[in-house]
Amino acid sequence: MGDLRVIEVKRSIFEDNNRDADRLRDQLRRENTLLINLMSSPGAGKTTLLRRTIALIRDEMKLGVMEADIDGEVDARAIEAAGAKAVQIHTGGMCHLDADMTRQGLAALGSEAFDLVVLENVGNLVCPAEFDTGAMRNVMLLSVPEGDDKPLKYPLMFKNCQVALINKCDTLAVFDDFDCERVKARILDRNPTCRVFFISAKTGEGFEAWTDWLREALSQFRGGKLDAPVHFDA
Amino acid sequence: MHELGVVFRVIRQVEEIAAENDVTRVESVTLSLGEVSSVIPEYLIDCWKWAVKRTEVMREAELKIEPIPAITHCDACGTDYPTIPHGKICPRCGSGETWLKQGNEFIIKQIEAE
Repeated sequence: MGDLRVIEVKRSIFEDNNRDADRLRDQLRRENTLLINLMSSPGAGKTTLLRRTIALIRDEMKLGVMEADIDGEVDARAIEAAGAKAVQIHTGGMCHLDADMTRQGLAALGSEAFDLVVLENVGNLVCPAEFDTGAMRNVMLLSVPEGDDKPLKYPLMFKNCQVALINKCDTLAVFDDFDCERVKARILDRNPTCRVFFISAKTGEGFEAWTDWLREALSQFRGGKLDAPVHFDA
Repeated sequence: MHELGVVFRVIRQVEEIAAENDVTRVESVTLSLGEVSSVIPEYLIDCWKWAVKRTEVMREAELKIEPIPAITHCDACGTDYPTIPHGKICPRCGSGETWLKQGNEFIIKQIEAE
């Protein structure tokens, strides 16, 4: 046995992920591929949102989707059926994706062949909001049945997104205590520049504004005018 | 909630540092962990014990955790106050114009090795 020595490290775990995320953003800029990170609770409608979105924009841009789930491949098959290429990433029990796992998923997908890649993060309002994946834009999806108090309970998720989509607006008549103005005010209170869209992935309500935002983001990205988001822990 | 993920990340970094420093065996790893870093120390240690067995240089490594207290600063009245009991609202003046000064850190502080 040799002598013990102390190695001073002083390295932040999150800084390490932030560095990976910045490297990934540089790679994606070179590939001219816009990466969007989509986050929500399980069952908020991420896959249904993507299927309808793909149907509306697939003739304008080449789309890829990375489905991150703890297990299974139901979502990837549903996305392929809608007309985009999909890869399933199994997180093996992990509750979120970090930048390095995202990079591996992009390599499996072949990200350079796409204009837009959407990362469907693990269904969870807590952990994905703490790890920058390297995406240029973070979109969170909240569904009406979950309640308008979610921005109060999961503030980090609503702080770290650039777009909040309020889904299942076709059910507002049933969930009549959900207040659209109140949820919007609660989101903007935490994140004043967040764009909030009210949609229904089932009926298509609100999809014009949402897909226009996507087209605009892609056009800004290609023109080199889309700024990187601030790091999640900043 | 994501203790296992951060444990893998810590292990990867320690393995890199061990390789850079010609380490043959890691005795302990010390983390500085903020009170509101959203990681629970007990879970972290459980995940650690399981995960290090899958490594070479750190099979027996102990995880030491040094807590960093969470402190919030109020811009309205200039007070620093403990975050855990009071949250976002300043206990002195009632303002919500506050920000976390420290307490969300997750830092690998040092490694004992041979």
